[in-house]
Amino acid sequence: MSEATAPAPARPDPAGEHHPALQHHFADLDQQREAASLGMWVFIAQEVLFFGGLFAAYAVYRSQYPAAFSAGSHHLSWKIGFANTLVLIGSSLTMALAVHSAAIGKKKRIVAFLLATVLLGGVFLGVKYLEYGEKIRPCLGDGPYAGCLVPGERFDASAVHLQGDEGRHAQIYFSLYFGMTGLHALHMIIGIPIILGIAFLASRGRYSPEYHSPVEIVGLYWHFVDIIWIFLFPLLYLIGAH
Amino acid sequence: MSQHRVLPVKAYLGIFLALCALTVITVAVTGYDFGPFNLIVALGVAITKATLVVLYFMHARYSPKLTGVVIASSLAFFVILVFLTLTDYVSRPWPLS
Repeated sequence: MSEATAPAPARPDPAGEHHPALQHHFADLDQQREAASLGMWVFIAQEVLFFGGLFAAYAVYRSQYPAAFSAGSHHLSWKIGFANTLVLIGSSLTMALAVHSAAIGKKKRIVAFLLATVLLGGVFLGVKYLEYGEKIRPCLGDGPYAGCLVPGERFDASAVHLQGDEGRHAQIYFSLYFGMTGLHALHMIIGIPIILGIAFLASRGRYSPEYHSPVEIVGLYWHFVDIIWIFLFPLLYLIGAH
Repeated sequence: MSQHRVLPVKAYLGIFLALCALTVITVAVTGYDFGPFNLIVALGVAITKATLVVLYFMHARYSPKLTGVVIASSLAFFVILVFLTLTDYVSRPWPLS
């Protein structure tokens, strides 16, 4: 952190003291950017623990019911999960390139890469919608609910080749599946309009190499959501040998 | 003090390809049964991928030390949350009544 008083010659501000984006309570743009990104990191630290509760629940139940978790996992399509993982990693790449474009002042590319990120995020959510639908649709209507994988009375344990207690334990697996992937998807649903808003501001020429903290910060958020999926994919789709 | 380092585009593409390769590896290893090491291998690959994302996509490697402190404290509390919870559960009779 910079020493607040006295113009600091060690950290010259390329845009001079009166850059329009510099807020008065910061000494210079560097300090402003560091404060902004540190704030986002603290938010992410809190998010780690927010998801952490679900990961802890997963660890407890998987250690107690390994067979039910393995059976539930085998019902998911690893191919779909694999493809979706690549899509999400791709969206992280386009997001990193959007931040990079902002840092080197390629204003049109910021918008293009942000829109590419939204597009890939949309593909991911679309695939997730199809995956959910396949599990939820059999639970609707008057029955016989064959293939229903929503935990509850209509849950069809025979769909994962289990019965009795193990069938009930598989419901815990699917509760965690919907809870964890659902919370992850909710983060993406929140992130997409924010990215679109920042893309709009970028298209108005709001960001420059000196000031592009919003692009950087939404990037941090998006990469964090990517990291959550990096753990969800093997933990939910790839339990045991396939 | 941190410089606002700009990585070349090639670096991002390299990280992207490494993440793709690790995703292929994490799927490919499920063809083999390592017994209790299945989970360790899966988590090892995932932690490697997450580390690449944090260091390069999120620029943690080029960020102020304070960012590293926040990341480390976040991980420390996550470990406390999961590890201490598990010590409790594995040392009690199951199912809980």
